[in-house]
Amino acid sequence: MSTSTGAGTGTSTAPTASTIETTAAHGNLTDRVKAMQSVWILGVLVVIVAVFGVMSPSTFLTTGNLTNIAQNVSIWAVLAVGMTFVIITSGIDLSVGSVLVVSSVVSAKVMESMGDSGWTTALVGLALAVVVGIFWGALNGFLVARAKVPPLIVTLGTLSVALGVAQILTGGLDIRSAPQVLQDNIGYGRLAGIPAITIIALVVVVLGGIMLHRTRFGRYTYAIGSNETSARRVGINVDRKLVQIYALSGFLAGIAGILSLAQYGTTTIAGQSLTNLNVIAAVVIGGTSIFGGQGSMFGSMVGLFIPAVLQSGFVIVGVSPYWQTVAVGSILITAVYVDQHRRAAAVRGG
Amino acid sequence: MSPRFEATGLSRRFGRVQALDNADFDVDAGEVVALIGDNGAGKSTLVKALTGNLDLDAGEVRFEGEPVHFATPQDASRLGIEVVHQDLALAPHLDAAQNMFLGREVMRPGVLGHLGFMDTPQMRRRSAQAFTELGSAVRSVVVPVGSMSGGQKQTVAIARAVAWADKVLFLDEPTAALGVVQTRNVLDTIKKVRDRGIAVVLISHSMPHVLEVADRVQVLRLGRRVATYRGADTSVEELVGAMTGALDPKEGAA
Repeated sequence: MSTSTGAGTGTSTAPTASTIETTAAHGNLTDRVKAMQSVWILGVLVVIVAVFGVMSPSTFLTTGNLTNIAQNVSIWAVLAVGMTFVIITSGIDLSVGSVLVVSSVVSAKVMESMGDSGWTTALVGLALAVVVGIFWGALNGFLVARAKVPPLIVTLGTLSVALGVAQILTGGLDIRSAPQVLQDNIGYGRLAGIPAITIIALVVVVLGGIMLHRTRFGRYTYAIGSNETSARRVGINVDRKLVQIYALSGFLAGIAGILSLAQYGTTTIAGQSLTNLNVIAAVVIGGTSIFGGQGSMFGSMVGLFIPAVLQSGFVIVGVSPYWQTVAVGSILITAVYVDQHRRAAAVRGG
Repeated sequence: MSPRFEATGLSRRFGRVQALDNADFDVDAGEVVALIGDNGAGKSTLVKALTGNLDLDAGEVRFEGEPVHFATPQDASRLGIEVVHQDLALAPHLDAAQNMFLGREVMRPGVLGHLGFMDTPQMRRRSAQAFTELGSAVRSVVVPVGSMSGGQKQTVAIARAVAWADKVLFLDEPTAALGVVQTRNVLDTIKKVRDRGIAVVLISHSMPHVLEVADRVQVLRLGRRVATYRGADTSVEELVGAMTGALDPKEGAA
């Protein structure tokens, strides 16, 4: 075949620039949301809210109750931001609950020793909690990226070590003091009727979402989870990115540690043993793939609200709250099952 | 004038296997060189060695006459040398534009860019343009590459390499998984890229494809270059003979 014939064939099958889709159908927000894995799970959440709303409109759909739900998920939401990044890289962070505990313990101990209850003390406490969080996160990242130990093992190990350190530091007894300014302004504070802790969580979630979906850092997070080899080949420093991503998760666990201290006025050494699993479940329910490369901040938030809404709803309509864990577990499995099928269909071109 | 890209006396041993045994290679600007050889002849090893994916035991690589050493693939990329690997190396969850610019994102101007914000519209526009220029069958730069057909994926991988390869483009078995029409497109693309003055190196098992696009054919056997033919003057029989060693060709015939 001659070159000219070949070129002719090429041109006839070639779409022009205007026919190649660059924005169409994905340009506006509604369509983009519709295209996300998490959209059907949002439907599930809406249905759950509607059912409880119909069953008990006077109690469930009140500002007070909805605010309460939002407050209950706030700390987990902060953790879920970091977890979403980590899981998108096809990793996992089991240590978030323990890192939360150890951050709040170190922070509370130092704040206690400083003696007063003012903002200076609170800010020192915040800084310490964040530093401790970043330390554990970076350690996780280093072991995953450089030592090549699987994330499940690394973070299972640091889960244990960090909790142990917290127990050694305290003799296993919770520190029941947090600066008054923290408790008054953050723990019980409200702005326009919204709990301060929820506003802080919302800011973290929005910043995390922008970072994940709009910046190069987020793009590389997806690239690493999607195809690590290809990420390395195009020159992305995968190891350094992984350390940063796990450090981000640790940093947010540190923030969560301070928020927890503000909310409860005490460290919660024995109270965080299921936090990691609850956060992971929420992220996965929200459509983030444990195989990596896929997920959204919006989905994680939806996934977070489902257990919280069920909990609150069951209490209000008089169903034993134990049913909540049964429901959440079932939704988790169903969500992953449905996602798998959607994914398989997408690969088939369906 | 020295060739665009040449290598002499390349050797590499893996344990007891001499994958490259004093192999030579050269390709010039605006030329398609096909690299052929039986399985295990050292084609892939040679390409890896030439593109910073593999260290050499011995030998010299020269780019536009100057000796070069590539410690990483990025070193080669920086000089405008790109590879389309057999496995394509695309991120399936990212769309075509994101794959095209992966690792080379266009940032927003000013403060936003420093904060890590990307100029997505520009990257999409430039990707669409690149696909159009190649006459590709890619219809959208905003759907995940993983949902595309084999041919479309291949096009994305080639378009990405072409977009950044100012000097040399390596294609490792680019038509192996493709249908008739898509193969046609890839071969046409190779010619277009060559006509832009880029040196193209094609690794293929398909002799008809090699004969159609190659200006020169270099035959590897047992880790060394055993023959070079002019594409216009050779035949499938001759090439197969040289590959298998049935013929005993003279090195440097063309």
